[in-house]
Amino acid sequence: MSKTNAAAEKVLTFKPTAALTRCVWRVAAMSTPFDATSAALDHFALFGLPQRYAIDQRALEQSYRDVQTKVHPDRFAQASAAEQRVSLQWATRANEAYQTLRDPLQRARHLLELRGVDCGLETNTAMPADFLMQQMQWREALEEACDDRDLAALEQLAQELAQQTSARLQHLAQHLDGVRDDLAAAGELRCLIFMQKFSLAIDDAREGIEGHA
Amino acid sequence: MALLQIAEPGMSSAPHQHRLAVGIDLGTTNSLVASVRSGTAVCLTDAQGRALLPSVVRYHSSGAVDVGDLAQQSQAEDSRNTIVSVKRFMGRGVSDVAHIENAPYDFVDAPGMLQIRTCAGVRSPVEVSAEILRVLRARAEASLGGPLVGAVVTVPAYFDEAQRQATKEAARLAGLEVLRLLNEPTAAAIAYGLDHAVEGVYAVFDLGGGTFDISILRLTQGVFEVLATNGDAALGGDDFDHRVFCWLLEQCGLHQLGPRDTRLLLTKAREAKEALTLHASARVTAQLDNGEVIEATLTSEIFTDITRTLVQKTLAPTRKALRDAALQVSDVKGVVMVGGSTRMPQIQQAVGAFFGCEPLNNLDPDKVVALGAAMQADVLAGNKAAGDDWLLLDVIPLSLGIETMGELVERIVPRNSTLPVARAQEFTTFKDGQTAMRFHVVQGERERVGDCRSLAHFELRGIPPMVAGAARIRVMFQVDADGLLSVTAREISTGVEAAVSVKPAFGLADEDISRMLRDSFEHAKEDMHLRALNEARVDAQRLIEAVHSALEADHELLESEERAAIDCRIEELQSAMKSEDHRAVKTATDALNRVTDTFAARRMDRQVAQVLKGRRVNELDF
Ligand SMILES: Nc1ncnc2c1ncn2[C@@H]1O[C@H](COP(=O)(O)OP(=O)(O)OP(=O)(O)O)[C@@H](O)[C@H]1O
Ligand SMILES: [Mg+2]
Repeated sequence: MSKTNAAAEKVLTFKPTAALTRCVWRVAAMSTPFDATSAALDHFALFGLPQRYAIDQRALEQSYRDVQTKVHPDRFAQASAAEQRVSLQWATRANEAYQTLRDPLQRARHLLELRGVDCGLETNTAMPADFLMQQMQWREALEEACDDRDLAALEQLAQELAQQTSARLQHLAQHLDGVRDDLAAAGELRCLIFMQKFSLAIDDAREGIEGHA
Repeated sequence: MALLQIAEPGMSSAPHQHRLAVGIDLGTTNSLVASVRSGTAVCLTDAQGRALLPSVVRYHSSGAVDVGDLAQQSQAEDSRNTIVSVKRFMGRGVSDVAHIENAPYDFVDAPGMLQIRTCAGVRSPVEVSAEILRVLRARAEASLGGPLVGAVVTVPAYFDEAQRQATKEAARLAGLEVLRLLNEPTAAAIAYGLDHAVEGVYAVFDLGGGTFDISILRLTQGVFEVLATNGDAALGGDDFDHRVFCWLLEQCGLHQLGPRDTRLLLTKAREAKEALTLHASARVTAQLDNGEVIEATLTSEIFTDITRTLVQKTLAPTRKALRDAALQVSDVKGVVMVGGSTRMPQIQQAVGAFFGCEPLNNLDPDKVVALGAAMQADVLAGNKAAGDDWLLLDVIPLSLGIETMGELVERIVPRNSTLPVARAQEFTTFKDGQTAMRFHVVQGERERVGDCRSLAHFELRGIPPMVAGAARIRVMFQVDADGLLSVTAREISTGVEAAVSVKPAFGLADEDISRMLRDSFEHAKEDMHLRALNEARVDAQRLIEAVHSALEADHELLESEERAAIDCRIEELQSAMKSEDHRAVKTATDALNRVTDTFAARRMDRQVAQVLKGRRVNELDF
């Protein structure tokens, strides 16, 4: 998951300011960054799509291409610096919007943000007890499969995960578009995000084993 | 009949004149320049009719420089001053380059990027590359009959920030206006896609002299969309040569060769390798410096055997690219083979086996990248009518992040994000009253800072003193269409402006760059002032044209005072252009640029609104 949410605060290593020796860098003119990542932007509106979870993928793709065709920096290679800057900002925004809407989990998260619901992805780690149990089982299964270098077991685990994911995605859709229950949707979303990360871990494990075969 | 033409945004409405633009493939082994002439991309040749320019530069103590075939012939004779495969050193330090001990050069380790001590003085890889680019530029200008408006220069897709920045710097040094840095496999995909009018998901497998790229693209009508890319910026034909070289040493019981013998045997190794594409075995004979004659026979079996791990090394990135694209092997309709090293039968075989289909070899693997770059240059120069051009969506190959507590990397821009991309992340202070923060920008996929490439350090000062954890510092990464990064940091909780913008320069300080520029002028016997003036005038003229066509198309977006202000700046710029002072031209250009800011923004708003006309739009403001 990308960290576009401003809620997450990371503590930076603090080193006393010292003269820079190793790396040389140039300080460019002070600029006001155009904020393509603020949560307040309505990505649905950018593409003229209704604000809901169910999405017309083809309409999304078409709108994205139409917008990029107009705003992409390649169209402004010969233009003035002012136009190039505006083009960069718009093209950046169009990409951000498209990537967000294309991915079901990011789309759900964006929708909830637009509705003013805090998904609590960074802060609220509370998950239902049965899901926590499930997590533990999955983790154990993964460890075991890795130890045994058992590709078939990994495959089975991946399939189980995929099945549960699609079931939960349906719940998510109902909570968002049907009988609206934004808090329940946020809960589903937290589980789904865990599952997405876990499925990447399975892929990594698979790759590790295949790579050394 | 004079009809009023309405220009597309960014395109001049001036009577259409063909702008001279080229594509340049700056390769590890060979470089090429191509251009679109009467609608077809062609490689431009030298006086002898050769398209390929060996990427070899020889420095003479007199200050003379040979580039290309002549330099290549003197490789063994003057190996210390004859730089081959310089691309491997771009944006790299001494410790980054594999087998550097076999390179017969006197390296100077400098922060960020190594340098080479030659008989003509210390040279940066950027300068060496600029020599190659300069020859190609001269070839193009002679062949096309005029100055170029710009060039698309290709880079391996897997090149990182430092390598891209270095390439752009080299082009600048060679007096080229870089229209775009274009990824090599993407360039190949453009050439292939347009030539064959194909649609669907394709892979481009590009194994050249020093780099390996694999890109997965979706080609649809008028759109080239890169879904994922991966590779190895230090894997190519050179490594195969090196394996054969090591095998030769072992066969002939040799150790500790001088630079001349090393060069000689590396060349022999390469010849043998290339011969094996068509023959089952190759004989190697060479006379060493001490008179000793060595002989060996390399068979296909031995060659395949000693290079098996290298071939394998291309498959892991291929798997990763597919995975990042969320695709299966079966989704790929075809694999386009690019780069001289894909001629090796074992590569053909491995790729065929992996994808379960015959690789596509119907384009000249040496030229396809330059041809694709030329086609893109033609679009960027504005030579194509709207609707006749295409949209190119490329990605960033490696993740970008920032160092956090415990020497860990906080990823900010994930790899394979479509360009341009911006991402922000908030950080906070660690100590009470902390007023400054030091940032370390890194690139790579690993979690530990030490395993990633360090791009830049910068500091944000003037944070108002607060308790630990109260400050909110927003760090913003913006990666442009060339894949180049700029970083901004600001404190937002108090509204106090404390922002810096950094462009990592990767070891090239401004003084370095000015010295190189000075040297290059002396070398080219050009008048620096005259060139600066010319460049400023060209920029100014381009801007005036762009503004005129914008005014013609959208003048009603301006209030009359706004219009008057713009007209006034145009006049000022026009009179500045008559002066001999390039700084005055530059200042007036900047002023005109500034005064058109709002106009540019309004025009774009309108463009986007038009796209969405007829659709429901709630709000479109940022
Ligand atoms: N017949 C052949 N068999 C094997 N290798 C070959 C053959 N012909 C050329 N090569 C190799 O191809 C490489 C050069 O390929 P190419 O010109 O595509 O590279 P490049 O564009 O200069 O490098 P890069 O793209 O990595 O920067 C050299 O290593 C050369 O030995
Ligand atoms: Mg190449």
